[in-house]
Amino acid sequence: MTTSAIATPSVAKPRKQLLTPARIGVYAFLLFTSAFFLLPLYVMLVTSLKSSDEVRAAVLFAWPASPQFGNWVEAWSTACISLACDGIRGGFWNSVRLVIPATILSVFLGALNGYALSFWRSKWGDVLFAILMLGAFVPFQIMIYPLVAWFRLGGFYNTYWAILLVHCIFGMPVLTLLFRNYFVSVPQELFKAARIDGGGFWRIFLQLMLPMATPMIIVATILQITGIWNDYLFGLIFAGKDNYPMTVQLNNLVNTTFGERRYHIDMAATILTSLVPLLVYFFSGRWFVRGIAAGAVKG
Amino acid sequence: MAQVNVKDLDIVLGGNNILKSMNLEVRDGEFLVLLGPSGCGKSTLLHSIAGFIDVTEGQILIGDKDVTWADPKDRDIGMVFQSYALYPTMNVERNMSFGLRVARVPKAEIESRVERAASMLHLTDLLKRRPSQLSGGQRQRVAIGRALVRDAKVFLFDEPLSNLDAKLRSELRRELKQLHQQLETTMIYVTHYQVEAMTLATRIAVMKAGVIQQIGSPDEIYNYPTNLFVAGFLGAPTMNTFRGKLLQDNGQTTFVGPAFMANLSSYPNAKNIQTSEVIVGFRPENINLTDGKTSTNGNSGRISLIEPLGPQNIVWLTLTDGSTLSAVTDTQWHGKVGETISFDFDSARASVFDAKTEQRV
Repeated sequence: MTTSAIATPSVAKPRKQLLTPARIGVYAFLLFTSAFFLLPLYVMLVTSLKSSDEVRAAVLFAWPASPQFGNWVEAWSTACISLACDGIRGGFWNSVRLVIPATILSVFLGALNGYALSFWRSKWGDVLFAILMLGAFVPFQIMIYPLVAWFRLGGFYNTYWAILLVHCIFGMPVLTLLFRNYFVSVPQELFKAARIDGGGFWRIFLQLMLPMATPMIIVATILQITGIWNDYLFGLIFAGKDNYPMTVQLNNLVNTTFGERRYHIDMAATILTSLVPLLVYFFSGRWFVRGIAAGAVKG
Repeated sequence: MAQVNVKDLDIVLGGNNILKSMNLEVRDGEFLVLLGPSGCGKSTLLHSIAGFIDVTEGQILIGDKDVTWADPKDRDIGMVFQSYALYPTMNVERNMSFGLRVARVPKAEIESRVERAASMLHLTDLLKRRPSQLSGGQRQRVAIGRALVRDAKVFLFDEPLSNLDAKLRSELRRELKQLHQQLETTMIYVTHYQVEAMTLATRIAVMKAGVIQQIGSPDEIYNYPTNLFVAGFLGAPTMNTFRGKLLQDNGQTTFVGPAFMANLSSYPNAKNIQTSEVIVGFRPENINLTDGKTSTNGNSGRISLIEPLGPQNIVWLTLTDGSTLSAVTDTQWHGKVGETISFDFDSARASVFDAKTEQRV
């Protein structure tokens, strides 16, 4: 940019003041809120890379002299959880084994419910839906003891099937609502045309409605993956020792001490546990927003 | 190809008796238009014939089959909706062949039927496209094609052209008429546009509040409406109606209204009309405007508005009692707003209704 003697301030374009008090206030607020959420993450990260001595030195925000990635390896494969010293990888695979089928099943059932409720109107459909919604508002802690009693009666308490069933059940209200609201915006005429063409309940669902509901399926899947992975209480109560998900194992790992608290290993294990939901959000976050928007405005 | 018979049909929806003892006979191969204002029950009747609404009482027969309780897919029907209702995740070819694939029709047969329908509707180049990549007119053609491939006995149309712009509407209207001429299948068509009814129908059934007011050919309905409602529903601008007395004197029948008189002797059966309190109706095109000087019957009015349409003009007159009269003139006629002008009627084409019952006499 060249300047000349003629370019006086009076010729220059008037510019708005960048740093107004209001703007400073907004940025300060945003910085503060971000810090509130990011600082613990930072501390976690930093601590997980420290050596034992640096942890004992207890300088919270200090970056480690040399990052010890071995901590993560130790948390994964050799850290001690009560008597077994196999690291938290067992919990990881338990969670994976749980989350994938539970997500698929609950999303499928939620979509099926939403589809049945919006297209195949029956007298009791609306009553059922109201009861389901009521269930969504009841705190789930209330239902734990009855569920434990029933599962024990049924003989499958503390098994894989118990925890799978629990996650499916508790996903029903939200997912049914999600899909029902989505399908309500699909014109009835589409359904009628399919019926004239001879489509029955399942064919219309599988070949027509489900493909159409792709944005909602993505939203529901993201919700379920993160929700089920992050769950602690149900995993603790219903899964049984052999099926403890990663969250439960993490808690056990943190509580297993032989005298000293190994914060760096604990932090490493925590990071490993939260990695899956974090990655899901990072990579599919925009699909989530798109899906919600698509459900709201049918194009 | 089959006739459709609706016998004593009662439909109750949400506590409302939409159709009461509806009787309708659609002849084999005809194009029947159900015409009426919104809420008159025409869509309900169509959807009952299709099988989407449960029947409270009565029977529906397609051909010789009683389909009152049959599933829509077992009624041998094809249906075209106002919003096209195309399957958005499938391309045109799969949209059209969906029904056939469900019915497990052999692949070769599916291909030939789809090809035939596509060529009839000029869709051959569009078979691989998705509905979102088609224009409104193309989408509607695909919807028609989807109904066509089913080789149905009856085609049902639920206001299929209402979502299209005016030019496309008239284009597709002509194509539909040609299709009917080609296929000679029974077609039932619902609309509230009288132009569509007049141009497409073999017969029109005018409906009001769940009751068929009149059913007949477009010519019959237009020129010989059975009641005031039908008379007012068809024709644009609307038929001019006036209350007044009918005088019978020495073989001459005269209508005396508050603003003019009309000699109705050439009206069919004029001498035998018993009532004297009547409503008389003249369509705007049956009114002749003459200039003030050559009036022979003393009827005159003041021009209040002229609407030029291109091939014609609509002239609105204010009569001596304040009522309005509309007349259609050709382009040769010239006049100015404010001029007083006289008029007379083509009485043979008038309509006379009993003032109390509003029925034609």
